[in-house]
Amino acid sequence: MASHGIEIKNLYKIFGPRGRDYIEAVQAGLSKAELNEKHGHVLGLKNINISMPAGGITVVMGLSGSGKSTLIRHINRLIEPTFGEVVYDGLDICAMTENGLREFRRHRTAMVFQKFALLPHRTVLENTVYGLDIQGVSRDESAKRGRYWIERVGLTGFENHYPNQLSGGMQQRVGLARALTNDADILLMDEAYSALDPLIRVDMQSVLLDLQAELKKTVVFITHDLDEALRLGDKIAVLRDGEVIQQGTGQEIVLAPADDYITAFVKEVNRGRVIQAGTVMRPLDGPADGMRVANTTTLESAAKDMCDAGQSRAVVVDAEGAPVGVLDLHAIVSAMVTPAKTEVPKLAAE
Amino acid sequence: MPNRDHKTNKGNLMASCSLLPNLLCSFPAMSDQYIRDARKVIDEGFKGLVREYVGVIDTVVQPLQWFLNYLEKVFTNSPWVLVLAVMMLIVYLTSRSVRITVGTGVGMVLIGVIGLWNDTMITLAITTVATLIAILIGIPIGILMARSDRMQNAINPVLDVMQTLPSFVYLIPVVVIFGIGKVPGLIAVVIYAVPPMIRLTNLGIRLVDKEVLEAADAFGSSPGQKLWNVQMPLALPTIMAGINQTIMMSLAMVVVASMVGVGGLGKNTLQAINNQFFTFGFMNGFALVAIAIIFDRASQAFGKRLQKHSEVVHG
Repeated sequence: MASHGIEIKNLYKIFGPRGRDYIEAVQAGLSKAELNEKHGHVLGLKNINISMPAGGITVVMGLSGSGKSTLIRHINRLIEPTFGEVVYDGLDICAMTENGLREFRRHRTAMVFQKFALLPHRTVLENTVYGLDIQGVSRDESAKRGRYWIERVGLTGFENHYPNQLSGGMQQRVGLARALTNDADILLMDEAYSALDPLIRVDMQSVLLDLQAELKKTVVFITHDLDEALRLGDKIAVLRDGEVIQQGTGQEIVLAPADDYITAFVKEVNRGRVIQAGTVMRPLDGPADGMRVANTTTLESAAKDMCDAGQSRAVVVDAEGAPVGVLDLHAIVSAMVTPAKTEVPKLAAE
Repeated sequence: MPNRDHKTNKGNLMASCSLLPNLLCSFPAMSDQYIRDARKVIDEGFKGLVREYVGVIDTVVQPLQWFLNYLEKVFTNSPWVLVLAVMMLIVYLTSRSVRITVGTGVGMVLIGVIGLWNDTMITLAITTVATLIAILIGIPIGILMARSDRMQNAINPVLDVMQTLPSFVYLIPVVVIFGIGKVPGLIAVVIYAVPPMIRLTNLGIRLVDKEVLEAADAFGSSPGQKLWNVQMPLALPTIMAGINQTIMMSLAMVVVASMVGVGGLGKNTLQAINNQFFTFGFMNGFALVAIAIIFDRASQAFGKRLQKHSEVVHG
């Protein structure tokens, strides 16, 4: 399916009965605290500009209260924006009529929820085909498509179980199957895995990555977990107090955190799994022979390969196999340990 | 001794009254003549209004009369074996419980043995009709209330009045408007029994998990699809509790409605009160309790059975 990216432009959300009245003041620099104190309105999102690439996973990361769940609800307009645009395939979602929006939600988006939000009175299969029921697809057709996706998420044999009979991880598989059966281009995942055990979470991340490699949907994934963000995200936007404080690839955020807040976050990350060989290699200075690693290999797996092969030096090659640089174990280790300067600003800066 | 006390009290009262102006001592009511006139005007006006529209009122309630008479005839004219068999079948199909079904059989046979079969059938007929009408009226109103806060604010006080007003009091307008008979009785029963249906429908829909509703929205449900796919099924346990309450209240009111001409067990009870027939009254009371228990157990078991999916929780 041809994917389209999502462009979020100048998006503001002010919660309260007369949010629109304060938009100019906020644009002119009224702070969140002042708005709340003087006018009793809550600034949810402030001047959000994110371009979410087509066919990729964009992760929006932030702690609770940062506005990430508010942001994802603007993409299918479960929350009305106060100001700004969300553009998909040339259409401004914020300007859609009620019917247009309903059609957009039916055919273009599918959503997975933190607390699963399955219908307790419907079986797994009936839950899976919910989106198709809404579209008016006949049960014969929808059941066929539903069964296919139930199998893909690994729930074969549970079609006639009720959600209450399943564990959390299995319920979220149903949530994922329900979203995928909709066959929509945009997949919105609102803290989809936050309620799951760590092991099951990693498992579900793999399910998503495997499916995404094949489906190439435009995925928006919300999380408060940086490890999850780095594992899934082609692009990551970090949100704090309703503002984007940094966006870029996982490597960019880990290597060049924009401020102390992100630095504190990044400190705990396993850098070896994020930084790629191409990022820390030296230019090619000698003969391009010996062991080879791809430039997109993470340092951790490059180090493992090199140790297994008993080599301390490897040639880095690009996607076509042409040598582009060299990497030695020393460079890998020094990139993997956290640089000293990032140790200094502690969370005390908060 | 008591006499003396009485005297002193009176003396005190008179003493304090003599110090106060009369206006503050005895309540300044309107003159009897004035009240009498006012009552007359209102009564005449109301009766005149009813007289004018008597044709309309009769046509409107005519279907109720037919329905009620028809059901009564079916219940009383069918052979008792058939009625009993059908009743037990319905109870079994709704509850899927042998115990409740056997209990129903035993209860009904006892009612027959003490000679109250026909009266019980009449009471069953009016209770059935009243419950059906209450459900038919109550659920849509409950849905409307759940959809708008303004609607809820408007209807709630009306329900409060309906539920606090003693049932004897609103027999008065019912009798003035519809006269004496089965149908006025039926209307009184419905008015008495409908508030829990409305309230619990409203409550059930309002209690539906917001996240599930959001999911329904996210998949592009129209308001109607949301109502039938999500809100009504999830509100069903509460709605079933409302139906159960409505049945119980119908049964209670059927007895009171015997005062305006409803037959059956209620009429017998009224007779027993008037004539101090202790045993007769007790037997009728037993019959009422028996059918109340049958209705209650069957409808509750049915409600529980509808919720089977929520029982088996992952361990």
